[in-house]
Amino acid sequence: MSLRKSRVEMPAQDPKERVKNFKEVALGYTSEMAREEASRCLNCKNPLCKKGCPVEVDIPEFISALKEDDPARAAKILKNKNNLPAICGRVCPQENQCEMHCILGKKGEPVAIGRLERFVADWEREQVNLKPEKVETINKKVAIIGSGPAGLTAAADLAKLGYQVTIFEALHVPGGVLMYGIPEFRLPKEVVQQEINYIKKLGVDIQVNFVVGKTATIADLLEEGYDAVFIGTGAGLPNFMNLPGENLNGIYSANEFLTRTNLMKAYLFPQYATPIKIGKKVAVIGAGNVAMDAARTALRLGAEESYIVYRRSAEEMPARHEEVEHAREEGVQFLFLTSPVAYKGDEKGHVRAMTCQKFALGDPDESGRRKPVAIPGSEFDMEVDTVVVAIGQGPNPLVPRTTPGLILTKKGNIQADEETGATSLPNVFAGGDIVTGAATVILAMGAGKKAARAIHRYLQGIEK
Amino acid sequence: MYEILKNEVLGSNIYLFEVKAARIAAKAEAGQFVIIRLHETAERIPLTIADYSREKGTITIIFQAVGASTRELAEYEAGQKILDLVGPLGVPSEIENYGTVVCIGGGVGIAPIYPIARALKEAGNRVISIIGARSRDLLFWKEKMAAVSDELLIATDDGSEGRKGFVTDVLKDLLEKEKIERVWAIGPMVMMKAVANTTRPFAVKTIVSLNPIMVDGTGMCGACRVAVGKETKFACVDGPEFDGHEVDFDLAMKRLAIFKDEEQRILAKGQCGGGCGCH
Ligand SMILES: Cc1cc2nc3c(=O)[nH]c(=O)nc-3n(C[C@H](O)[C@H](O)[C@H](O)COP(=O)(O)OP(=O)(O)OC[C@H]3O[C@@H](n4cnc5c(N)ncnc54)[C@H](O)[C@@H]3O)c2cc1C
Ligand SMILES: Cc1cc2nc3c(=O)[nH]c(=O)nc-3n(C[C@H](O)[C@H](O)[C@H](O)COP(=O)(O)OP(=O)(O)OC[C@H]3O[C@@H](n4cnc5c(N)ncnc54)[C@H](O)[C@@H]3O)c2cc1C
Ligand code: SF4
Ligand code: SF4
Ligand code: FES
Repeated sequence: MSLRKSRVEMPAQDPKERVKNFKEVALGYTSEMAREEASRCLNCKNPLCKKGCPVEVDIPEFISALKEDDPARAAKILKNKNNLPAICGRVCPQENQCEMHCILGKKGEPVAIGRLERFVADWEREQVNLKPEKVETINKKVAIIGSGPAGLTAAADLAKLGYQVTIFEALHVPGGVLMYGIPEFRLPKEVVQQEINYIKKLGVDIQVNFVVGKTATIADLLEEGYDAVFIGTGAGLPNFMNLPGENLNGIYSANEFLTRTNLMKAYLFPQYATPIKIGKKVAVIGAGNVAMDAARTALRLGAEESYIVYRRSAEEMPARHEEVEHAREEGVQFLFLTSPVAYKGDEKGHVRAMTCQKFALGDPDESGRRKPVAIPGSEFDMEVDTVVVAIGQGPNPLVPRTTPGLILTKKGNIQADEETGATSLPNVFAGGDIVTGAATVILAMGAGKKAARAIHRYLQGIEK
Repeated sequence: MYEILKNEVLGSNIYLFEVKAARIAAKAEAGQFVIIRLHETAERIPLTIADYSREKGTITIIFQAVGASTRELAEYEAGQKILDLVGPLGVPSEIENYGTVVCIGGGVGIAPIYPIARALKEAGNRVISIIGARSRDLLFWKEKMAAVSDELLIATDDGSEGRKGFVTDVLKDLLEKEKIERVWAIGPMVMMKAVANTTRPFAVKTIVSLNPIMVDGTGMCGACRVAVGKETKFACVDGPEFDGHEVDFDLAMKRLAIFKDEEQRILAKGQCGGGCGCH
């Protein structure tokens, strides 16, 4: 096979069809496609790609196994480092992680590492379903708070070392944002649950319906015999803009809109009992991944028009390029340099219109992006009947409020060492969005991995 | 899974369940609530912890079968299990020795006012309780309320028991007669609004327990937001109790009605059994 400059395309559902269903958009490689893409990898002696992977996946090794048509070995290599490969292969921002460093990216397109990872993980789940190896147990207990990617990763790595691990999760299913936030059409919930089942097979006990800070505090858990605690509670507190009329009916936080749809399956109402009200014309405020997910979900729920309303311009959008493209293909419309200043409702208290202001781009701000400056007198009204506010989340205060001695940052995040997750309390570690603020699945997993290592050292009496 | 140990009918359409939930019972305080999800396709609904026994490891919930979810719950029998139950959620009531306090429970709101009255009594307050309902068949827990109150007053809209009229009529007389330090009121939104309006001219601090629509109950979704003073609060983590003089009740009532159409649709589904293919 001659070396191709561009990567093998991954088939996807036709945009016209997929906007009517919640099934997965990207369909994944076939074995032939995977082998062809794998053959592009140079198996570098000094693989730069590895530097970009926070969970240290042995990238050239697993790709080599694929090249040799041995997906079983590829899966083993992959799962050795990555406990959630089918998830990462789907939602990892690969272009900023492993793929950004791939040597092939210098002259052409980098190896599609994420797509290959997805292929291997899906193959393994469907074909062999690897059983974890038995390990010698260590008679020490670790409590993990939150079952998002950070908590799951820390739990799995500690279980692999032999610790007795219990995850405490506030919601009725584990998975965190993977279950309640990221939509079915990007990350099927079945895939998430199967990856979590693997973690359970490692011996991890998961207790759902358990809100730490309410059902029990961290002090209670330590008293009950846990030797160390990892906090991975995520960034789950939705921000609002405090605009007049923001509490009108029909105005949701992205978290509420997506939780009703994903976690509670409101798209199957009334078969599932949780309702969601969707209008004809939906405006989503913000332009990150969460906003794209909300705008695309709105179309699938039956909205006629779905708008992204963003106060900066197309270049500054924080969402992944691929997500923006998918949204565009499905018919999501973009209103740039625009932001709401007030909402107007009808007599029943339902939103009917949004007063917006236009912006122009001024000088760059601290983030290096050009700062939006309001244009005086540019206000106009836009009719809408559903609004989704997707302007970010802050740290949930339930655990900090009930854990004396836990030092927080100015923004209310938990202060923790970047390399170890160590907090101001000796036996308490933290990582993921609760430490960094809303970030990515893979960074949360990386933090979970580092913390697991540090907890191991701590419990072996090595050092903190 | 959480086993139902007791299912008792308290009045017309009002049910009491005792549920095994040792961890929640161990931590529960007056003013807190749980969220339940009956089974896989059910919604998450909040219910106040009306009572708890730390020894038995049980909590008591009382509810009115008003819509699809509560009607479905009402069908459950002792021995059956609820899939999900989480709590205790919300901030406990602020219990101190204030002096003379009034506790008002309207309709199914009698249930959540009970543990508050009991805690206030235990803290040394002189507790005057007022319970009210549309008519006598909706009244319950008279003896239990009497046992934790120095004085128990009753009002029914139709006069079938106690004084004919609203709980606010009884309250007004009390406020004119003696010095009241604090008032707690739990019941339908309109009742709590009326109580707040009654105490305002007397400048008596009035605590109400809001019952907005909720999803997670942990501060994650913002469905439960309410306007209190100039601020937006999340009732599940900042409340559910707030200063009644600061609450925007009209907004809260409108927000409660958002899913009216959907509530009708799902009820209709329940009535024809669902398998008809008509929807
Ligand atoms: C809609 C959406 C789309 C996204 N898309 C992407 C994407 O495509 N790619 C990407 O890389 N990232 C994406 N992200 C970001 C990514 O999902 C998060 O950065 C990541 O999930 C953070 O992981 P975490 O483990 O720190 O926390 P979370 O995933 O937030 O999990 C925290 C868990 O802790 C639980 N919890 C909280 N408090 C308590 C408590 N007191 N007691 C017990 N349990 C508690 C929560 O219920 C939750 O289950 C997206 C986020 C959202 C919201
Ligand atoms: C913190 C909190 C504590 C609560 N404690 C109790 C309790 O102890 N006992 C109890 O019976 N109920 C309580 N509720 C209300 C209870 O959650 C709702 O009655 C229930 O969700 C209705 O579900 P449904 O499907 O049966 O009715 P729906 O079909 O959803 O509603 C039927 C009717 O009830 C109204 N309604 C809907 N939600 C609420 C609500 N949250 N409060 C008041 N009316 C509502 C609707 O407008 C409609 O008229 C509490 C609510 C909260 C937020
Ligand atoms: S986990 Fe993410 S960063 Fe690591 S190899 Fe896979 S796609 Fe790349
Ligand atoms: S840098 Fe690129 S080509 Fe080299 S090993 Fe990694 S994926 Fe293969
Ligand atoms: S119910 Fe979701 S934040 Fe309160």
